[in-house]
Formats: sequence, structure tokens, C-alpha cells
Amino acid sequence: MKFWQAVWAIFWKDVRAEFRTKDIFTGMFVFALLAVLIFNFAFELRVSNVRQVLPGVIWVAVVFAGMLGLNRSFILEVDRGNIEGLLLAPLDRSAIYFGKMLGNLVFMLAVEVVLLPILVVLFNVNVLQPAILLVVGLGTLGFAIVGTVFAAIAVNTRAREVLLPVLLLPVMVPVLVSAVKASANLLDGAPLAEQAMWLRLLVVFDIIFLAVSYMTFDYVLEE
Amino acid sequence: MIEVRGLIKRFGYTVVLGGVSLTVPTGQTVVLLGPNGAGKTTLLRILATLLRPTMGEVYIHGEDAVRRPERVRHLLGYVSHQALVYPDLTAMENLHFYARLYGLPEASRRVQEMLEVVGLARRAHDLVRTFSRGMVQRLTIARALLHNPPVLLLDEPDTGLDPQAAAMLVKLLREVAQAGRTVLFTTHNLTRGVDFADRVLILAGGRIVVDRPATSLDVAQLSRLYARAAAQEGA
Repeated sequence: MKFWQAVWAIFWKDVRAEFRTKDIFTGMFVFALLAVLIFNFAFELRVSNVRQVLPGVIWVAVVFAGMLGLNRSFILEVDRGNIEGLLLAPLDRSAIYFGKMLGNLVFMLAVEVVLLPILVVLFNVNVLQPAILLVVGLGTLGFAIVGTVFAAIAVNTRAREVLLPVLLLPVMVPVLVSAVKASANLLDGAPLAEQAMWLRLLVVFDIIFLAVSYMTFDYVLEE
Repeated sequence: MIEVRGLIKRFGYTVVLGGVSLTVPTGQTVVLLGPNGAGKTTLLRILATLLRPTMGEVYIHGEDAVRRPERVRHLLGYVSHQALVYPDLTAMENLHFYARLYGLPEASRRVQEMLEVVGLARRAHDLVRTFSRGMVQRLTIARALLHNPPVLLLDEPDTGLDPQAAAMLVKLLREVAQAGRTVLFTTHNLTRGVDFADRVLILAGGRIVVDRPATSLDVAQLSRLYARAAAQEGA
């Protein structure tokens, strides 16, 4: 009970502070929007079937915008020294992980809620289908699960903005491949049932890395 | 009670603490003095379980702070160089947040009580980013005392405060110490150190070189001892 109380407190603290400053959301959303606009201009001239490239556009925008958000969420803790306040509390340190991970997940989902309708307008393709939203949701969850751990590792280094993508992207390959493949097939009209393999891979990745992150986060926060 | 035995801390090849042993009985207020780089902050961070020592033992109220840090964290209140409060939350939201992390029962009553103790009740709903340095420091002390810890560790709590804010801080800390807590604090202000503490320690070169009752020293004597320690640190 105390564990989840702490998780909720950390999550709610992040949401409340972000609601006031909009530091993380603004950066992520503007980046994602610019990426989508640039792809829109580029593909309008050359690509005959935009459905072939749209999954790539979605995930490039989501992943790189997400990276900005992940970096920012830990920089705000470390640069002000507030991470020490969390470390001093008599709680399991994985509570810090779950609180920060939930915050990162919600910020990314908030960006996607605004971004996906913009994609519909710009590319004239309906990506607001329940099956595609499921794939985007599972992929985003995987990104937040792994990204939160790597952001905590990278934030204590000098080249943290560079280090996070270098560490994170190779680990994220299974999620990105599954999400892009499943999204592309669904946009081509394939039924959700045929995407079971990709969805299973996403779910298994999320479960395994959630367990690994839970077990290792204590060591990540060591000096 | 704080017990430290043979504490060594190295960062790479640099020895910051070279075998510190120390016992602070319950209820005693101790000032830890020393020049910059003497290892004061490192010692306090080890006691606060934020750093692991290279060697040595630390016990807080009999609990092993090195091997079982999770058992001692609720016994400690720590004020560091940084405020450890969130500027985009109000004073009350900050204290409520920490009350939840510590799992405090009757959190609202305790938060209100602490805001009154540090004189911030009227600014409870203002964002911390609008506070002066002195107000932030008072809120920091409220955060450290929120869970009513028997041991309080303060790392230069008076840094950057104007004389009025520093006087208010000393008054507040005196009340805290009189409540029977064990207090270990660092400062560069020798007068404040000798006035406020029961016992004076001087750390230099990673070792305690002076350990005297505060009543046996005046500021002039302390200045001489401090200068000698600083020279030793420089050498």
C-alpha cells in the first residue's frame, strides 16, 4: 500500500508540475509536429502510396519526441538535486521508477492524442483505428518502460542528451520493428488477428523489461 | 545516536575520508567544521545513506546504515546544499508530497503544523519559485523535520542567507535541538558553530583533528584551531 502511495505521489507530483510549466509537453509536441510536417512536405512530392511510409513517420516522431521528454523528466530531478529527496525517503527505489515511468508514459500519450489527429489531416489516412491505437499504446508503453531506466542512467553523465539515444535505440529495436510492421499491415487493411505475432512480441517485451527494470533500478540509482 | 567506525571514502585514487571514527550521543548537537574539501559533505552524505563508504561502519540508533540503509532512512532528516523542494509546487504541495513518500499518518495535520513551525503558514499556497532564499531554507527544514526524525544532519544550512534569515534559522534549529534530537551540522561560520553546538569537531585531510566541548572554546581559540587545520589541509 505504502509502495503504491509513493508511486502515485511521484507520478502526481510530475503531472502537477508539468501542468504548471508545460516544459516537457511543449518540447515533445513541437518536435513531433515539426518532424511530421517535414515528412509531409518531403513525401507529398515523391511518395505515391503514403500508407507505406506513414508507420515510419509515426514512430520516428514518437520515438524522438519521447527521447526529449525522457531526458527532461530526469534532468528536472537531478539538476535541482531533488533526486536526493527521493533517495532519502524510506521507500523501495523501484517506487521511484514506477512513478517516473507512469509520468513519462502519460506525457507521451498526451502528445500522441494531439499528434495522431494532425496526421489524419496532413496525410489523409485514418490512423485513428482501435487496432492501430492498441499498437501505438503497447509500443509507447515499451518505450516508457525501457526509456525511464536508460534516462536515469544517462542523466548522471556529461553527454546525457547524446547518450540516451545511443543506449536506448538498440534496445528498442524489437518494439520499433513490431510496432512499425503491425501498424503498416493494419493500415493496409489486414485484420488485427493476423498481427498476433507482432502484438505478442510487444506484450512480451513490455513484461520482460518491466520486470528487469523493477529488479535493476535500485542499482541504477547507486552513486 | 550516531556511531561511525573507521570510515574511509575514496573517489578513484583520491582519499576523501581517511578513517573517521565518531560517536554522537542522543540529544547532542555537534558542529562539524573544516576547510573546503575536508570531507564534511562526504561524511554527512554517507551518514544520510546517499553515499556508500569504501570501508567502515555507520550505525544510526543501532541500525547498520551501510548494509541496511532502508532501515535508517526514516530516522534521518537531511538538509543539503540544495533545497530538495520543487519550485513549481506550492509549499503545502511539497510537504504533502514528502509526507506521502514517508507514509505519514494524518499528513494534512502534520504538514500544517510544520508550516506553522517554520513560519510559512501564510505562504502555504504560493509556489516555491516565488520564495526568497531564506523562505526556501525554512521550507527545506520543514521537509527534513516532517517525519519527526530523531537525527538531523544539516550541511551548511546558513549558506547564502542574510543575517536576519540566518538568525531566524538559528532560532528554529535551537528549538529543534532542544526537542532532544541528535543534530550534526556543518558551517563556515565559527561564531554560529560555537554558540549553537554542545561539541565542536574539525575535519581536515579526511580525519577529525579537533574534538572538544563547545564550552571549552571561545571564538578566538576556535579560529586558531581552524586556521591550523586549514593549513594542514592545504599542505
